[in-house]
Amino acid sequence: MKNMNKYLLALGSVAAFASPAIAQEAESLDAKVNAAFAALTGPFVSFIFAPIPGTSFPWIVMWLVIAATVFTFYFSFVQLKFFKHALSLVRGDYSDPNDAGEVSHFQALATALSGTVGLGNIAGVAVAVGIGGPGATFWMILAGLMGMASKFTECTLGVKYRNEYADGTVSGGPMYYISKGFKELGLPGGKFLAVLFSIFCILGALGGGNMFQANQAHAQISGIVGDYPGWITGIVFAVVVFAVIVGGVKSIARVTEKVVPFMGVLYVGAALVVILMNYDQIGWAFGQIFAGAFTGLGVAGGMVGALIQGFKRAAFSNEAGVGSAAIAHSAVKTNEPITEGFVSLLEPFIDTVVICTMTALVITISGQLIIDPATGNYAVEAGKIATVGGTSGVALTSAAFASAFSWFPFVLAIAVVLFAFSTMISWSYYGLKAWTYLFGEGKTAELTFKIIFCVFIVIGAAASLGPVIDFSDAAIFAMAVVNITGLYFLMGVVKKEFVSYRERLASGEIKKFVE
Amino acid sequence: MTTTLVVGLDGEGSGDRALAYGKRLAGLIGDCTLLVTYVIEWSPYSFQTPEENAERHKRREEEIAVALERVVNPAVASLKADGMKAKGMVRHGDVADTLNAISLEVNADQIVVSRSSEGGFVKRIFGSSTANLVMSASVPVTVVG
Repeated sequence: MKNMNKYLLALGSVAAFASPAIAQEAESLDAKVNAAFAALTGPFVSFIFAPIPGTSFPWIVMWLVIAATVFTFYFSFVQLKFFKHALSLVRGDYSDPNDAGEVSHFQALATALSGTVGLGNIAGVAVAVGIGGPGATFWMILAGLMGMASKFTECTLGVKYRNEYADGTVSGGPMYYISKGFKELGLPGGKFLAVLFSIFCILGALGGGNMFQANQAHAQISGIVGDYPGWITGIVFAVVVFAVIVGGVKSIARVTEKVVPFMGVLYVGAALVVILMNYDQIGWAFGQIFAGAFTGLGVAGGMVGALIQGFKRAAFSNEAGVGSAAIAHSAVKTNEPITEGFVSLLEPFIDTVVICTMTALVITISGQLIIDPATGNYAVEAGKIATVGGTSGVALTSAAFASAFSWFPFVLAIAVVLFAFSTMISWSYYGLKAWTYLFGEGKTAELTFKIIFCVFIVIGAAASLGPVIDFSDAAIFAMAVVNITGLYFLMGVVKKEFVSYRERLASGEIKKFVE
Repeated sequence: MTTTLVVGLDGEGSGDRALAYGKRLAGLIGDCTLLVTYVIEWSPYSFQTPEENAERHKRREEEIAVALERVVNPAVASLKADGMKAKGMVRHGDVADTLNAISLEVNADQIVVSRSSEGGFVKRIFGSSTANLVMSASVPVTVVG
């Protein structure tokens, strides 16, 4: 407690510097942070997004697409055949009443969703549509549908190989299933891959799960209250996150966890209203999505450009194949690990197929993307589609919603801040689990990570979007490189569980508790 | 055949009145087992942080232990001391649904509960657990004032 007070004091004294007298200096501090950050992360980003020789297609996107396709076929289109069963599991039809009070399938899904539904769905989709055109949406939906199989595979393994400690707590995730699974199969290198995954998971937690969130939250707030240095937003966020993850102020987390689903419903509801208000354009919008998917409609890179953006943003939004969800889902109470796999496949569906598509439709219908009347294609400027007012990222989504409801940017700003906050809380946990896997469970190790996490919030809010979004993507995709490698070796284990469960379900051995 | 009465406690004074009435009833019946139950309000559809999920099993065990130690076990002990046949049970869930499920599970003849201890706002919006139980129970319910 004494230590904690010291840290709180330290954070408070940093916050005290937020005076107007040094605002100008702060602007240059932002620029310095930005330049240093871009220089530091450049080589890593370049490697992850390197194109396949002779093409402009990043190898990492191909890696994810191939994995999702392999899992889809290997598990005989599990995402379609077991979709209804997944809903039944979430409803609790197969949950033993004697297990009441344990983590339910619904809770595990909701927790995992609060880590994924957020800025990826609002800002990420705007980035995809802004660069790849409406056609990117088609590839995003396809990636979401295929990604359901990847999620199924990793979350089944997450539960199967989790660590259950004597005090009743659990820890799970790729680092555990890769190391334990490889050992069980007598394969070498499990420990090495698990360590590698943990390193990338920490970077992903600090990047996509932290800096990207802080950065876009700042963009939203400054868009409403006027421009001011990013590090001020960063410090405010850092203090609140610090209070939750270090100070154990659970009430903030609880309020957020309750408000976030409400904001999600409000967001989807508002999107539906915008779409229905323009019902005569729905057909046209889908026409743009399909035509754009195969022709590009003039966007940079044409069809391939749309495809790359679609797959990239889908993966960043639903995290299928990345391994983060396996950490979140592993706490569920079940005797059948595969059931959590079924439940988890709903995650990319809700996140990408439903919510991301809504955002893309609203942006397309709103007319924010400028069409060149001469060609009928989108007007492209500096690799991006020209937009009304030159907006991009979350500002583009905000402008699209504002075309229907002038007050919506305020609601969106609150939603973005809350989504950013809940994603940060989730990712602080994922990062922490990776950290403790590397450095062992213990108060000092945990506190060290949590402080680093808070410092990165300030850096993320101060840096400009370009380098932050690149690094965030790169770190998260690097997790997928290791995780999917592990999944290829372990998918046989999942198949065994899958076949056994399918047979027992068909024979009536696995019964519903609720009819 | 022995008669089983389910007595629902809420950890407050009103629960004691239900227990006293159940005890009286059991005395009048003769061959009667009292199942003293305490339901910890819990919903599988609530939202939790990843950390809360990771610790949920541990917390559940702790909640059950506390409920047994502070509410159920003392009640069972006092009934036994008075020569009654009594058992205890702690469950998580919706109070009304769970008490009903328990009564069906043990083939109970009656459920004895006290009048609601919930506050005005919650009661107005969701109805009280006691009212919900009376509306949905599959066995007779006695509500002690």
